[in-house]
Amino acid sequence: MSDSADIHGETAASFAAKAFANRSFLAGFIITTLIAVMALVSFLWTPYDVTKLIVADRMQAPSAAHLFGTDHFGRDVLSMIMVGARNSIAVALVAVGIGMGLGVPLGCWAAARGGLADEILMRFNDLVFAFPALLSAIMITAIFGPGAINAIIAIGIFNIPVFARVARAGSLALWPREFILAARAAGKGKALITVEHILPNIANLLLVQGTIQFALGILAEAGLSYVGLGAQPPMPSWGRMLFDAQTRMIVAPYLAIFPGFAIVFTVLGLNLLGDGLSDVLDPKLRRQR
Amino acid sequence: MSLLEIENLSVEIDGTPILKGVDLTIDQGEVMGLVGESGSGKSMTALAVMGLLPFAARAAGRVSFGGIDILAATEDQMCALRGDDIGMVFQEPMTALNPVKTIGEQVAEGIRWHTRATRADAEAHARKILDRVGLPEAKFPLSVYPHQLSGGQRQRVVIAIACALKPKLLIADEPTTALDVVLQKQILELLRDLVDENRMGLLLISHDLAVVTDMSDRITVMRHGEVMEGGETARTLSRQLHPYTRQLAQASMHVPQRKPFASPSWGDRAAGAGGGSDRTQAGRPSATPERGRDADPELVEGKADWGKNQSALLSVENIVRDYPGRRTSLFRKPEPVRAVDGVSFSMQPGQSTALVGRSGCGKSTLARMILALDRPTDGEIRFIGEALTGKDEAALKSARRNMQVVFQDPYGSFDPRHKVERLIAEPLHLMEEKPSAKERRDKVAAALHEVGLSPRDMDKYPHEFSGGQRQRLSIARAIITRPKLVVADEPVSALDVSIRAQILDLFADLNSRLGVAYLFITHDLTVARAITDDVMVMHEGRIVERGPTAEVLDHPQSDAAKALVAAAPDLHRAIARRLQEQG
Repeated sequence: MSDSADIHGETAASFAAKAFANRSFLAGFIITTLIAVMALVSFLWTPYDVTKLIVADRMQAPSAAHLFGTDHFGRDVLSMIMVGARNSIAVALVAVGIGMGLGVPLGCWAAARGGLADEILMRFNDLVFAFPALLSAIMITAIFGPGAINAIIAIGIFNIPVFARVARAGSLALWPREFILAARAAGKGKALITVEHILPNIANLLLVQGTIQFALGILAEAGLSYVGLGAQPPMPSWGRMLFDAQTRMIVAPYLAIFPGFAIVFTVLGLNLLGDGLSDVLDPKLRRQR
Repeated sequence: MSLLEIENLSVEIDGTPILKGVDLTIDQGEVMGLVGESGSGKSMTALAVMGLLPFAARAAGRVSFGGIDILAATEDQMCALRGDDIGMVFQEPMTALNPVKTIGEQVAEGIRWHTRATRADAEAHARKILDRVGLPEAKFPLSVYPHQLSGGQRQRVVIAIACALKPKLLIADEPTTALDVVLQKQILELLRDLVDENRMGLLLISHDLAVVTDMSDRITVMRHGEVMEGGETARTLSRQLHPYTRQLAQASMHVPQRKPFASPSWGDRAAGAGGGSDRTQAGRPSATPERGRDADPELVEGKADWGKNQSALLSVENIVRDYPGRRTSLFRKPEPVRAVDGVSFSMQPGQSTALVGRSGCGKSTLARMILALDRPTDGEIRFIGEALTGKDEAALKSARRNMQVVFQDPYGSFDPRHKVERLIAEPLHLMEEKPSAKERRDKVAAALHEVGLSPRDMDKYPHEFSGGQRQRLSIARAIITRPKLVVADEPVSALDVSIRAQILDLFADLNSRLGVAYLFITHDLTVARAITDDVMVMHEGRIVERGPTAEVLDHPQSDAAKALVAAAPDLHRAIARRLQEQG
């Protein structure tokens, strides 16, 4: 690291090398990739057709033919999990995306601006918080009609104040720091300082919150599907599989276990990924592990 | 037998030796000063005595306190000792108290725990000790919370907690480092009185040789975890037998060589400043000749010609800054708090001015307004003939280019996620035309070279540097645009004495080579004396005295300046006094 070729620190390749040397990043990356691949493969091939109901095969325990067993309509649980991955991941990812994409700029703006604007925005934030998210999501989908897209929007809207609040709290703690003052003395405007100094320093807060919101997003989608306002049948989703399995827990526990595991693995993978990423991005921790 | 005996104490953490064979004894009623620079193992020694070493630490040797072997003692035995027979005063009064508990509860806590006293008894006792440390009931009832107290008052509470049960040994780890000199003197006097009253042993840890000399009967000098020298304070310091002791003493009294700035390397130097030869004339504030023995402490007011000087680099006129005060009633507008109250002064190019005052006197607020980071409520600031007040960021660009800042905390002044190159190049943002990547690198390399660092340090992150190196980085960032004024807010008060001496040398060197004018904000008069031509003394938002540095510091006129000068620790004086006492 002494030559002038290394102007912007590291190239993408050296950064990736560093990232994969981090164990939690590596584990998270593998799990997340596996689940993403599974969701993509489902477009081309699934062991069984999830839209076909074979009542003769209903409620079969896991076997060689049906690895994860079959549900009360005789559909293959493995195939349903593969197809459901698309739905659950898409809903949760886009919802977190909406929340971050709007919430973080709002929070950063409120922190940088301060005063009355900040006050108004945060009180409005409280207002949105005051509604139970699921109830309002039901409201929104009831008005605009049920379906995956509306579920995404509804869940996304209720992620905005969460991220706004985290971003605001994080940046408020940074603004009085001396390196920010130094940047201001260097004539940088608030927007530029936010992008250059504030965002990188609150990134790990946001990543952690993001993984939590992702998990909550999957659950919220499950809840919406349960009341029939999420993804519409015959499109399976992990959430609805769980809720369907609820009444058959004792007879066929595998119906709940496998979709449950799918959610747990996805969240675990994303958590590890986020955790690893924030370590990789932190120059102080890069030497360790 | 001594009260505390440390014999051949060694501590290592993960195989790294922290302490190597430390020997130290303290008798009853004796003050032992422990000096050394950061990383020398002073605090680790104190923690070993308290039995509070980090979990990963392995200790060997013998620490015996009143016959108890501390290294072998169980946690229960230590709990009985801590706070009862051994008290500890920490450095940072802001974090040493629990913010959600009243001071009464916090003082009584230890009393109740150790003596099994009832709540009422413990509170009566707490009241007594708080009275003793100078927090009388009328003004400071037990129900006061820490945030309602100033730094000095909080440190008194911390001392009250430590001394509540009349410990046999008191350990004070840099008890005054976070306080200004006047408070420092008060706290040190309080500690000395308490020690005398109760015949306590005191282990006083400090990096400040003058403070230790003033306070302690015997002194131990540490470096890299080893005891370099120990003995009676006066004898040790007057003879300075050990080279490291001499080095420390010299660094504490170091005054950088200052050459007047003579080379007119700045083409665009303010025309009125004149040539380099008459710099000492031009370098003085215009009002200096008017200042005599009869100087009026209120001279700020009515001297409108201050700051009217056309050639002035910086002129500040009657600036005022109010902060919204605490609301006492829902319907009444809160009374504003005036942080800066009608300050006027001017500075010439290349001039180095100190702004001294106690903490909370408004000096940092003033600096922020000069840097256009805060807006004055009233008044005008002109920089190179251009008004700074009421302009937006774009209009301030050229002024900002000529004006940079160095902060106190070398750890907080860099974004931990950026590399040195990007951090130092930050002010280049102000240049009219964006430098190319190559130019940028060259400039950063030049700035690093200027402050005595290697251009290869460019690709490191700030945490890879020591405190002194970071302060160099901070200076490199400040000078990269070749500013005419650098505002330095306590730039050396977080540094060790030898590092401090080097940084002061660097400031002096840059002043003579580049002709940068400094506004040095400090509460440390030795710093002011070392590198400034003029000094302004600030008190409660006003400038109460100003003039050439040596004159003001040797013959202070105003009460505020007198208090500062009297409280400033001075190694020469302290050694002389010690020698007299000890014969």
